[in-house]
Amino acid sequence: MSATSAPITTTPPVTPPPVSASAKAKKRLTSPWASLAALVLAVLWTLPTFGLLISSFRPQRDIRTSGWWTFFSDPEFTMDNYREVLGSDSSGGLGDFFVNSFIITIPSVIIPLTLASLAAYAFAWIKFPGRDLLFVAVFALQIVPIQVTLIPLLTLYVDAGIAGTFWPIWLSHSIFALPLAVFLLHNFMKEIPSTLLEAARVDGAGHISIFFKVLLPLLRPALAAFGIFQFLWVWNDLLVALTFAGGGGTVAPITVALANLSGTRGTAWHLLSAGAFVSIVVPVTIFLLLQRYFVRGLLAGSVKG
Amino acid sequence: MSIHRKGTRFRIALAGTVSVGLVLGVTACGDGDGDSGGGTTASAAAIDCAQFSSYGDLKGKTVTVYTGIVTPEDKPQIDSYKPFEQCTGVTVKYEGDKAFETQVLVRAKAGNPPDLAYVPQPGLLKQLVATGKAVEAPAQTAANVDKFFGEDWKAYGTVNGKFYAAPLGANVKSLVWYSPKEFTDSSYTVPTTLDELKALTDKMVTDGKKPWCAGIASGEATGWPLTDWMEDMMLRLSGPETYDKWVNHQIPFNGPESTAALDAVGTYLKNDKYVNGGLGDMKSIATTTFQDAGLPITEGTCSLHRQANFYAANFDKDTKVAEDGDVFAFYLPGKDAQTKPVLGGGEFVLSFANRPEVQAFQTYLSTDTWANAKAAISSGWVSANSGLDPNKLTNPIDKLSVTILQDKNAVFRFDGSDQMPAAVGSNAFWKQTTSWITGQDTKTTVDNIEKAWPK
Repeated sequence: MSATSAPITTTPPVTPPPVSASAKAKKRLTSPWASLAALVLAVLWTLPTFGLLISSFRPQRDIRTSGWWTFFSDPEFTMDNYREVLGSDSSGGLGDFFVNSFIITIPSVIIPLTLASLAAYAFAWIKFPGRDLLFVAVFALQIVPIQVTLIPLLTLYVDAGIAGTFWPIWLSHSIFALPLAVFLLHNFMKEIPSTLLEAARVDGAGHISIFFKVLLPLLRPALAAFGIFQFLWVWNDLLVALTFAGGGGTVAPITVALANLSGTRGTAWHLLSAGAFVSIVVPVTIFLLLQRYFVRGLLAGSVKG
Repeated sequence: MSIHRKGTRFRIALAGTVSVGLVLGVTACGDGDGDSGGGTTASAAAIDCAQFSSYGDLKGKTVTVYTGIVTPEDKPQIDSYKPFEQCTGVTVKYEGDKAFETQVLVRAKAGNPPDLAYVPQPGLLKQLVATGKAVEAPAQTAANVDKFFGEDWKAYGTVNGKFYAAPLGANVKSLVWYSPKEFTDSSYTVPTTLDELKALTDKMVTDGKKPWCAGIASGEATGWPLTDWMEDMMLRLSGPETYDKWVNHQIPFNGPESTAALDAVGTYLKNDKYVNGGLGDMKSIATTTFQDAGLPITEGTCSLHRQANFYAANFDKDTKVAEDGDVFAFYLPGKDAQTKPVLGGGEFVLSFANRPEVQAFQTYLSTDTWANAKAAISSGWVSANSGLDPNKLTNPIDKLSVTILQDKNAVFRFDGSDQMPAAVGSNAFWKQTTSWITGQDTKTTVDNIEKAWPK
C-alpha cells in the first residue's frame, strides 16, 4: 500500500523494504477487494474535480442557484465562462498570466535541478572534510518555514534592485526547492553501486565524465520525478508569487490571476471553475506525459534493492 | 456648479500660472460663480487638458498604484485615470490584488512599497504609517479634502494628528434591500424609524412571510456581515459619540451599550419567525455566503436583507436594480426620522513617495473632477466627495447612496470592525458573532470579545 498511497514522503531508497514484505504487498494489492477499494477511492477523489468540470460549463444563474448534479436532469451548456475567463478585453483575461506561469515555472525547475544534481554528486561521491555536517545542514534547512523568509528575502531583492522582475520568483523557488532536491538526489545517487563508479574511474574518467556519462543517464527517472514535483509546486504556488511578483503586476502567474478572478467582493465566483480548469490543463498534461518516469523514479530505490 | 468651476479653471490655466499651490486656488473656485464657460457636460467626450496644466510637466513619469480593487471594479478605475495620463504624460501603473491587505504590509516592511496604496481600513492605514515608509499628503490634497469631504472623513485619513490619506471611494452599509414590486403589491411602506421597521417586519410575519434573509459566510472573514449589523444598531441606539468611544475602546465591549446593540440585532436575526427567508432556519445564516444571502428577494421568498450598496453586483444581469425594478434598497432608518447615522466604508489613498508626479496624481484623485469622471463611467461606485453630482449617476442605487452620504442630517461613521485592533476587528468580533448566531448567548459573546481586546 505504502508505495501507492504516500508517494511523496516515502521515496524509498533509505531502507529498501525486504523482499518478503514487497511480495506480501503485491499479493495484497492484487486482491479483488483491494482493487475495489482503489476504485472507490479513485471515484471519490475524482468526483469533486468532475463536478468542477461540469460547473464550468453551466450558466451563471445555474451555478449560483443549484448544484452541479442537477446538470443531468436539466442540462444547460454554455461556453460563456471560458470566454469570459480567457477573454483579453476584460481585465480578467488569463492569457498573459498563463504565459507568465511558463516563464516562471521552467527556470524554477531547471535551476534547482541543475544545482541539486551537482551538489548531490559532491555529497555522495566526493570526499571532503565536513561533508556529512554540511549535508545535514543543507537538509536541516528543510525545516525553515518559507513564511519566515519572505520579508527578509524581499528586502534583499529590493536592495539588489531586482524587485518587480522575474528574478525574485525564480531565485526564491530555487532556494526553497534546493534542500529537498539535494537530499533526494543524493539518496538516489548513493543507491548506484560504487563498483560502477570505480570501473569508470579505472577507465580514466574524472568527476565530470562520471557525472555526465555514468550518473546522469541512470538518474533520469529521479530527475524526472523531482522535476514533476517541482513543476507542480511552482505552477500551483500562490504565496511566493504574491509576495515576490509585486501582486497582480506584469510578472504575476496564473494562480494570482485566479485568486483575483472572483472579483473584489467575490461576486464573480461562478468564473472560478472555468478558471481552475484553464489553470490545471498544463499540470495534468505534464503529469500524464511524464507519468512513466514518475512511477519509475518512485520505484527506483525499491526495484534496485 | 460644474460649469462655473470649469470656466474659472480654464481662465486661470490660460493665465499661465503653473505652481503647486495653484491647485488649491483652482479647486477653491467652486463658490465663485462669476463666469459661465462654454464647456457644459463635455467631461467625458473631449478632455479639456487645460485643467491639468497646473500639475506641471510630468511627461514620461510613472506612478504605481497598488490596491485590493480587482475585476470588475478595476476597469473603471483604470479608465478614469486616462484624462490625467493623456494630459500630463504620466503613466499610472495599476496593480490590483485581492491579497492587498497582507501584501501591502509585507511590501512596505521590505522597502518595496508602491507609490500609492488604496487602503480600505483606517486600522491598516495606521499600521502602514507605523512602518515609517508612508509620507504625509501634500498641502493641496489636504485642501481638497477640507473642501470636498466632511471632518469625519478627514479624521479617518489622519494618523497622530498628521493628515496622510484622502478618501477615494465610499460605500454605504446602512441599507436594506427589498423588492419594490412586493412593497407595492402588499402595500408596504418604506419605514422611516426603527420602530416602523419592526412593525413592518411583524406585518410581514402576519402575512405569512419570513421577512428577513441573512448570510454571514465569507471564507476566513465569516461573520463580518454581523459586525456590520451590530455597528448599525450601536449607531442607532447609542448615537455616534458613544459609537466612537466603543470603537476606540473607551467604553468596554461588554458594556450595556453593546449588549443592547447585539440584542437588537438578535430581535431580528435570532428570531425564528423573522429568518431565514428562502434559505432555511436561523442556523442557515452561518452557512449561507453573504453573496447569496440576498438573492431570495428576487425569488420572492425573502423580503428584507440588510447589506451594503455594493451588494447590487450580486444580482443577475437581468435583475433590474431600481426604485421601480425587481430589487432596490432603502436607508436602514434611525431611531427617529430626524437622526440619520450612516455606517459605511471606503478607501484612502496613502502615498509612499513624494515625487511631484505622485503628489499630482494624489491631488487629482481628491478633486471633484476625478470623482465625477469616475462616477460617469462606472456603476456601483460612489464617493463621499461632496462635489460629486448625484444627477450624473446613471445607476439608481448609486444615486441613493450618494444622496444618503450627502444628506444634511447624515452622520457618517466608518465601519467599526475595520478600525478596531486586528485581534478584535478581524478576528474575535467575527468569530464570536458567528458563535452567537449559532446559539451562544449575548453576554458570553460580548465578554469574549472584550477579553480578546489587546491590553
